[in-house]
Amino acid sequence: MTRPVDSPIVVYGSRLLSPYIMLFGLYVIFHGHYSPGGGFQGGTLLAASLLLVRISSGSKIAQIQFSDMFTAPMAVVGVLIYFFTGLIAILAGGQYLNYELLPLGDMHGAELRYWGILFVEVGIGLTVMGILVSLYDNLVIGEDND
Amino acid sequence: MLWSLEIILFIFLLATAIIALEADQLLVAVVVLSVFSFLMALLFTTMGAVDVGFTEAVVGAGVTGILFVVAIHQTQNETRD
Repeated sequence: MTRPVDSPIVVYGSRLLSPYIMLFGLYVIFHGHYSPGGGFQGGTLLAASLLLVRISSGSKIAQIQFSDMFTAPMAVVGVLIYFFTGLIAILAGGQYLNYELLPLGDMHGAELRYWGILFVEVGIGLTVMGILVSLYDNLVIGEDND
Repeated sequence: MLWSLEIILFIFLLATAIIALEADQLLVAVVVLSVFSFLMALLFTTMGAVDVGFTEAVVGAGVTGILFVVAIHQTQNETRD
């Protein structure tokens, strides 16, 4: 943002809070099949933890936490994870995203569907996190704090 | 069962919506809009749609508030109309 706040309470408070929000986002992604939540909500929480540091201590310091070079490639990696999870199911002889046919060792049935949906949710989470942080970085691109 | 709580939430929802529309400072409107989103999330949860309420709380009260604040900093704070 334009003027990073000089108050150390705001800066250190956001730095203290950011890893815990990130941990809760990971919990929401990896626990999404039993409870409310999933890839989109968890990815948004991950993005919120990065945006909190970005908005409180300025873009320059936030580059140390997560560089804006990595946001768009991470979104692309997430889309590719989703796409290839579905494509492998097609190549194994089923429909798109038919998790029961993923070649994952000797698992089958419910356990295989559990792992398949976990891969897809991780892909969605990475994409949502990358795109939201990239939106913020592109909005503040003209006004670097000096 | 929860009808009294829902009525209180609806009254606050209407109040925040009217304040967000009538505020002169756009920053006030953004903050009140975040409160609106959070009340909306509570209402979704009381209606039984926990997943929708969770999404509304995370996106509406978290990320869009930040993006609106950034957009206001790029333009101007006062409304014209």
